[in-house]
Amino acid sequence: MKVTDKLEEAEKRWEENVLKPTLKRMPERYERFTTVSLTPIKRLYTPNDIPDFDYERDLGFPGQYPYTRGIHATGYRGKLWTMRQFAGFGSAEDTNKRFKYLLSQGQDGLSVAFDLPTLMGLDSDHPTSEGEVGKCGVAISSLEDMEQLFEGIPLEKVTTSMTINAPASVIFAMYLAVAEKQGADWKKISGTLQNDILKEYIAQKEWIYPPRPSMRLITDIFAFCSKHVPRWNTISISGYHIREAGSTALQELAFTLRNGIEYVQSAMDAGLEVDDFAPRLSFFFNSHNDFFEEIAKFRAARRIWAKVMRERFGAKNERSWMLRCHAQTAGCTLTAQQPYNNVVRVAIQALAAILGGTNSLHTNSLDETLALPSEHAVLIALRTQQIIAAESGVINTVDPLAGSYFVEKLTNDMEKGAFEYFDRIDAMGGMIAAIEAGFPQREIQEAAYEFQKALERKEKIMVGVNEYVIEEEQKVPLLQIDESVERLQRERLAALRRKRNNEKVHQTLDALKQGAAGTANTMPLILDCVKAYATLGEICDTLKEVFGTYEEPMF
Amino acid sequence: MERKLRILIAKPGLDGHDRGAKVIARALRDAGMEVIYTGLRQTPEQIVNAALQEDVDAIGVSILSGAHMTLLPKIVNLAREKGLDDVLIFCGGIIPDEDIPKLKAAGVAEVFTPGTSTEETIRFLQEHVRPRIPR
Repeated sequence: MKVTDKLEEAEKRWEENVLKPTLKRMPERYERFTTVSLTPIKRLYTPNDIPDFDYERDLGFPGQYPYTRGIHATGYRGKLWTMRQFAGFGSAEDTNKRFKYLLSQGQDGLSVAFDLPTLMGLDSDHPTSEGEVGKCGVAISSLEDMEQLFEGIPLEKVTTSMTINAPASVIFAMYLAVAEKQGADWKKISGTLQNDILKEYIAQKEWIYPPRPSMRLITDIFAFCSKHVPRWNTISISGYHIREAGSTALQELAFTLRNGIEYVQSAMDAGLEVDDFAPRLSFFFNSHNDFFEEIAKFRAARRIWAKVMRERFGAKNERSWMLRCHAQTAGCTLTAQQPYNNVVRVAIQALAAILGGTNSLHTNSLDETLALPSEHAVLIALRTQQIIAAESGVINTVDPLAGSYFVEKLTNDMEKGAFEYFDRIDAMGGMIAAIEAGFPQREIQEAAYEFQKALERKEKIMVGVNEYVIEEEQKVPLLQIDESVERLQRERLAALRRKRNNEKVHQTLDALKQGAAGTANTMPLILDCVKAYATLGEICDTLKEVFGTYEEPMF
Repeated sequence: MERKLRILIAKPGLDGHDRGAKVIARALRDAGMEVIYTGLRQTPEQIVNAALQEDVDAIGVSILSGAHMTLLPKIVNLAREKGLDDVLIFCGGIIPDEDIPKLKAAGVAEVFTPGTSTEETIRFLQEHVRPRIPR
């Protein structure tokens, strides 16, 4: 008789002798218990739920394939996660001040939020930018703004993450130009470019060009960095926005990693060697409310990616197998009602990301459903991470939840579900074809609507929203964006257009147009444009002439 | 028989976050209304033209980017200029409390902030919007 058979019998006896009388005396509070993704959860998990569990194959040791227990042998004992708060608002000067404040409070790295016009490749003085300049992030239209943004911040010493996608090459070129002016060595600077256009088509919807030329811009960056900026993380393949759009945890995991597969395939198709670029790929996940589901998601992500890179793509370098990720607590879980409760939500979500083994973390501020965070709110968010690191003790040992029947079962289920999604998307002809057919978009819409219905039926409770409601008024002091930002940006751009060498601007833009129409790597050409102070809008318009623009099909 | 309420769900500005717009469009449909969704990044002119062409009874505007004080009054004024006096305009999104009276004074009938149930919006529309006599 196998051990599991014996255990199964024991479990049956327990059900009969202990459980049944208990249920009779006191029935459970709900018929079904589910995660926030509406996945059913059993009453109890035992070794019977992971009958084929093989420690070395499924978990291994930290820092070893398949990295379920993390990519560092010492977990957080050697190096803590990077505490990196996303920040950006108003003008470059305003954001520069916030950056210096965050660095002075013990933050390790910078993370730039750009405003909507910048994200869409539009200058601050474009007609459709009206009302949006400096609102959701900092307004950057030219190298002049970028110089101001990093004034007094040595780029060789800090690492910078930039949340920019469709116009990523242009913003990155501006960053490289600033680094060069500071005398920083490109071989030494480090940071991350989000540069993940596929999740834009799927979820966040800030696109410019159609998918195929967008993929070319991305592989151009991979190729350029592998030669000239070797420590730069060329892409941050993001599930965050997919989750915020309403996906389940599994969909977030599966679509993100499948996007990763698409990027690797497209770079290999463009002639790059997998081990030349794969070690610089990074990921970005959401850390949502459902504590164990999230932990399982992070652990499964590392195991799946290691298998994909080794088995599907034949990568030989161990660094190509390792999934490194940033995490951010879930903005969509924060409530405008009783906003101080958000501090508690963020702490739980941050703890999940850390127990999941994230390499970097942003904790949301309590006021983020209402506005961009105030300095006071950001400080509490940063302190939340510092309290977990310094006071909770969870950092003392590596992957402390390994071996939990429940966590290992959830991790296995996540992996199985993700590979099933990969098969479906492969059968459609890959992620771009799936996006064009609206597949991931529809899956997410469906999940978002199901969750909303569950809230309205009160199957899911949001404290302060559909339960424990009180009459109150907003009392949180909010960050106000000065309306003068837009006017000042317009004036500054007008002055720039007058004082720069416009002949040089046209020359470099023409060269870019020719290169983009051919097969040249676009990065050096874009660098020439930004150094001539061509604006973001001018560069993106030039590329639009060659590549066209994307129109979303209606679903 | 009264015809069904026709509602235009509109997404102005540069913001692409359309979870709310799509959830509300689906909920209104499930409540028996006819819903037309404009798609992303529509100018106030495009939104008002769509309202005219589709002969809608109400326009629901979703804005999360902070540009509501610029965009909403424009939409209301354009709608009134084009003779859509009886088309109710409501909005949903991230709107600070202090902007709500200003938006109402500008002609926005109701402002739904985060945490509003779809039922609440449906009830509001059923109480305040009547199918217009087709032009």
